Amino acid sequence: MSDTVLEFDGVWKKFRKGECYDSLRDLIPAVFKKTVTAKKREELIDTEFWALRDVSFQLKRGEALGIIGPNGSGKSTSLKILSGILRPTRGTMMVKGRMSALIEVGAGFHQDLTGRENIYLNGTILGMKKADISKKLDEIIEFSGISDFIDTPVKRYSSGMYARLGFSIAAHVDPELLLVDEVLSVGDMWFQEKCIKKMLSFKESGISIIFVSHNLASVNLLCERTALLKKGELKMIGETRQVISEYIHGNTDAAELKNEKNAIWGAKLLDDRRQPCNIVSPQQCLSLEFKFLCEKALSECQLGFVVNRISDGLTICDYNMTFNYTENEANGEMQGKIRFETNLLREAYVITLHIYHYPSATHIAYAKNLIYFSVEERLSCNGTAHLNPILQIKRADELVAKIYVNTKGNWVEDKSDITLM
Amino acid sequence: MELVEYRQLLYILAWRDIKIRYKQSVMGFMWAILLPMVIVAAGLLMKLAFSFVSGKSMDSSDLASIMVKALPWSLFITSIKSCTNSLTSNSNLVTKIFFPREILPGSAILANLFDFMVAVLTLSVILVFMNTGISIYLFWLPLLFVLLLIFTAGVGMLLACANLFFRDVKYIVDVILTFAIFFTPVFYDASMFGKWEPLFMLNPVGAILESIKAVVILHQSPDMTWLAYSIVSSVSALMFGWIVFHRAEFMFAERI
Repeated sequence: MSDTVLEFDGVWKKFRKGECYDSLRDLIPAVFKKTVTAKKREELIDTEFWALRDVSFQLKRGEALGIIGPNGSGKSTSLKILSGILRPTRGTMMVKGRMSALIEVGAGFHQDLTGRENIYLNGTILGMKKADISKKLDEIIEFSGISDFIDTPVKRYSSGMYARLGFSIAAHVDPELLLVDEVLSVGDMWFQEKCIKKMLSFKESGISIIFVSHNLASVNLLCERTALLKKGELKMIGETRQVISEYIHGNTDAAELKNEKNAIWGAKLLDDRRQPCNIVSPQQCLSLEFKFLCEKALSECQLGFVVNRISDGLTICDYNMTFNYTENEANGEMQGKIRFETNLLREAYVITLHIYHYPSATHIAYAKNLIYFSVEERLSCNGTAHLNPILQIKRADELVAKIYVNTKGNWVEDKSDITLM
Repeated sequence: MELVEYRQLLYILAWRDIKIRYKQSVMGFMWAILLPMVIVAAGLLMKLAFSFVSGKSMDSSDLASIMVKALPWSLFITSIKSCTNSLTSNSNLVTKIFFPREILPGSAILANLFDFMVAVLTLSVILVFMNTGISIYLFWLPLLFVLLLIFTAGVGMLLACANLFFRDVKYIVDVILTFAIFFTPVFYDASMFGKWEPLFMLNPVGAILESIKAVVILHQSPDMTWLAYSIVSSVSALMFGWIVFHRAEFMFAERI
C-alpha cells in the first residue's frame, strides 16, 4: 500500500504563443489565405513552446513539497495540471485523495454578493458541502477578521479584506491534499504569519501540501523537500535548504561594470570553516572573498561594501572602506577578504561591491548583486537587525531564568549563570 | 456520474445568477414575465393583422395559444443565450478551479428555469381565468418539458463550446435567435401553412411547442409522429452536444 499521494511521471506540456484565431470572422479569411498562398508548414512549429519538459516527482502522505523557480519556469502550469485544469501533452499524472487547489484567493467571488453569500459560493466552488459551510461559518468569519463587514457586498472590500476572506474560506476546506500557488503574496505580514501557521497545522493533521512560492523564507519554514524548476525543467529536488541555496546561487548577476583594467570578480561567501555557504544564522561570522583589479592608486580609491535586503531593496549597510595602502603594485590581480558578522534576522540579502575613485568622482568598477545569502532563524517575527538580546528574569534578587541566542541561532534557556546582572 | 457529485456546485452557481439578477433590480419578479409578455404582445399584433387580412376574427383561444407557446420559447432563447456565454463569462473559474465544465451551461439553464417557473405560475392563473379548462392530456406536459430541456441542453453545450473557441459565435446566435421566432410556430400555428406544415414542424422546438399547445389548449394528445420526431431530435441534440463538449473540454483552460 503505497504512501504516495501524488505523482508526476515524465510530464511535458506545450503551449502556443502569439495570437490564435479566436473568431470565425478571422478564421475564415485565414484559412482561405492559407489554401491560396502556399506557405511552408514549418512556420507553425515556431509558435509553440514547451512550458514543462519531462518533469517527474512524487509526494508522500503528510509531506510538504515546495516548488520554486524563476518566473516562467512552469510552476503554475504544474499546479494546473495537478488540479486537472490542463492536460499534459505527454506523460501521466496521478492524484489520490480529496484535493483542494488554491490557485487564486477568492476565485469565484461575485462582486455584488455579500461576504457571507460569497463564503457559500466560494466554499462550494472549492469543494465543501453546504452543511459543512454552515457548520464552519462562524469560524470562517472569525478567522478572516472582517466580521463587521461580512454583510457588505465584496465590491466594497479593500484588497486586503478580499485576501483575508478568500484565504479564510480556503483554510477551512479540509482536504487531504492541498495545492497552494502564491496565495501568500497578498496581505500584510500578520496575515502572512497567520497563513503559514494554518498551513503548519494542516501538516500536523497529516495533510499533504504542495507549496509554490517566491517567498523563500516561508518555503523553508513549511517544506521539508523542495523542487527547483527552471525553464520547464526540474533542475533539482531534495532537501529544502540545499535547493534554495542552488536557486539563489545559480541566479547571480554578472558584474556590471568592468574592463580589462578594473574589475571585481570571483566572489565567494565562506563560513568560519572556510566552506561556501548561502544560508546562515544570526551572529555567524562570514568571510567574503573576492578578486579585483584596479588601475588607479589604491590610496585614491574606496571599496564600497553594500548589503541590501532583497524583498524591498532596503540598504542594510553601505560602507566605504578606504585603503591605507599607499603604494600599489602595477596592475596586478589582488585578493580581498571582508570578514563580517551577520547580525541580521530572517530575510534574504544581497551583497554589492564597488570601487570608487574619489579624485575623478566615478565608480571604476561595480559588481552589483554579487552574492546572495539568506539568514535563517525562528527567533523573530519580522525585522532586520539582530541585537543579540539576553533576557534575564529575577524574583527578589534571585535569577529565575535567562534566555539568549546560541551560536546555532536558537533560543537557549540557562538557569545556572547568576553572575551576569 | 460526476455531475451528481458536483450538484451542489450546480445549484449554487444557479443561485448566484438568480440572486444577482434580482438583487439590485427595481422590477423584482416582474423580470420573469417581461419577455413572455413582450412576445405575447407582439403575437397579438400579428394575429390582429392576420384577422384583418383573412376576415376571420380572433378569439380567446388564439390569445391563450400564443401565451402557452411564448413561455417555453422564451425559456429556450434565454437559456441558449446564457449557455453560449456560460464558459466565457466564468473564465476565472475555468482557468483556476477544477470541476466538470458541463456545470456551467447547466447552471445557466437552471437559473433561467427559475424565471420560467415564475412565469408558468402567472400563466396558470391567467389560463384559469380564461376558462381554458383542464384535461387528462396535461399529463403529457412533463415529457414535453423534459424534451425541450434536453434539446436546449444539447444545443447550449455545443454553442458554449463554440463560443469559447470563436468569440463571435455569440453575435451570430443573437441574430439568429432574434429572428428565429418567425421561423417557429409561436405567433402562428404550423397548420396555417397547410401542406407546408411539415416544413415548420421540422424545427424541433416548433414540434414541441405545437405539442404543448395541443395538450393545453386543444385538449388533444400530441401528434404521435411528431412526438417521436421530438424525442429523436432532442436526444440526438443532447448526445451530440455533450460529446463535442466533452471532447473539447480539456482545451478550455488554455484557449479561453
